Amino acid sequence: MAKLSKEDVLHIAHLSKLKLTDQETEKFAGQLSSVLEYIEQLKEVDTEGVEMVSQVTGLKDVFVPDEITNPVAPESLLENSPEKEGRSIKVPAVFE
Amino acid sequence: MALKDVFSTKGIKTTAASKILKDYIPDFDATVTKKLMDAGCILLGKANTDEFTMGSSTENSYFGPTKNPWNLERVPGGSSGGSAAAVSADECVFALGTDTGGSIRQPSSFCSTVGLKVTYGLVSRFGVVSYASSFDTIGPITKTVEDAAIVLNHIAGHDVDDSTTTRDKLPDYTTFLRSDLKGKKIGLPKEFFGEGLNNEVARILENAKSMLESLGAEVVDVSLPMTKYAIATYYVLVKSEASSNLSRYDGIRYGLSAIKSKDSGLRTPDVGLSLSDVYLQSRTEGFGSEAKRSIMMGTYTLSSGYFDAYYLKAAKVRTKIKEEYEKILSEVDVLMAPVSPFPAFKIGEKLDDPLSMYKADADTVPINTAGIPAMSVPAGFTESGLPVGIQIIGPMMGEGKIFEVASAFEKAAKISDIKPKL
Repeated sequence: MAKLSKEDVLHIAHLSKLKLTDQETEKFAGQLSSVLEYIEQLKEVDTEGVEMVSQVTGLKDVFVPDEITNPVAPESLLENSPEKEGRSIKVPAVFE
Repeated sequence: MALKDVFSTKGIKTTAASKILKDYIPDFDATVTKKLMDAGCILLGKANTDEFTMGSSTENSYFGPTKNPWNLERVPGGSSGGSAAAVSADECVFALGTDTGGSIRQPSSFCSTVGLKVTYGLVSRFGVVSYASSFDTIGPITKTVEDAAIVLNHIAGHDVDDSTTTRDKLPDYTTFLRSDLKGKKIGLPKEFFGEGLNNEVARILENAKSMLESLGAEVVDVSLPMTKYAIATYYVLVKSEASSNLSRYDGIRYGLSAIKSKDSGLRTPDVGLSLSDVYLQSRTEGFGSEAKRSIMMGTYTLSSGYFDAYYLKAAKVRTKIKEEYEKILSEVDVLMAPVSPFPAFKIGEKLDDPLSMYKADADTVPINTAGIPAMSVPAGFTESGLPVGIQIIGPMMGEGKIFEVASAFEKAAKISDIKPKL
């Protein structure tokens, strides 16, 4: 299933929290389909019994002391926030 | 020094060349920023990049493209194109770049600089804007191999804030610099020299091979048959990780936001917006085309029903690619290969064809997939004067082996001394 329809693209956009114009929807349908078609070749590779790699270092269970090492003042973090009230970030209501 | 604009710099804008971070000012330094500042480096500027480092030409920047100092109609490569161009044009002594799939090496080849992609986990990523977390690496772009060793000495090593960094005791990389290659065995992977390799690039690689032999190295042909699957593997995994990493840009805590519509160019009034509207509008307005494409692609390959067929499959193929490199690099000291199948292309040439842009990364993405180190070293020029580098590939934590070969080659080739006419 390599060919993406316009509906597929709109569904992916919805999951991605992106709004596409009609022109973008059409463009992405073509571009993503051709990339997915190219990726199909991975099916040729025999991966029976092969473990997946999620990272390449071989490190396991790395622990660090539970201490604050990079204190950043909450006030300065809030500098970048679009809207705040006191020491809190103000957001629209989740439920109507 | 110059830093690619993905390295957090306290009190100085760090934009990742994205509209969504165009006014973002971090309140802390990346670990490598801090290490270099503490060593006495002076930050001269932040360098342009493709948005969120997604690209191979520095054309995907919200702030516009960077030009190649050797030919202003051509791209400097990418995504660390601003860093490579700044070093090449003598605007700084060195720069830092990031390399997820070739973003240090390919611009270094296009701009005639030395560019080192380190072993994954050798240099801390803390405070550096993420693209694909299991592929991202940080490294120097310099004028000479020796400078790369000096910079690496200052940035490598364990960081408590990046749990993927190595705790190994590291060598002084300048001790590997040498001028002959007696006793060294260098492999040429035939898959990198096949169809699609530009004639002039092939000629420069042939000359480089002769030079390595005359320095005393034994050069042998080797084969890496999994190479043909590297691009597909790489793009499935990288775009999946990217879609996850970019989900943090939601217009709530920082970055461009629909809540604060003044200056943001958003059309909707800031009253009556639901939380969902804020996400949707902030992201739609803030991300550029390649970032959107990456998010869409990664969301698809991670989505229910497709995860096994795409992500899991690619993660297994990655194992096979990694093992193939481990085996070959236990038989030879390093590999020598092209960095890019062709020299710098024209601005705009590949912009509308993402698949052809992805395929242009054929010689660099296998290295990130395997997690091993590699360096681009200036090796010559095409007849029209465009730089071409060669790629020296080493085993895990084998940066020393790369420095040995690269330093001897550089001294013999004398290409690093040639500067663009500006």
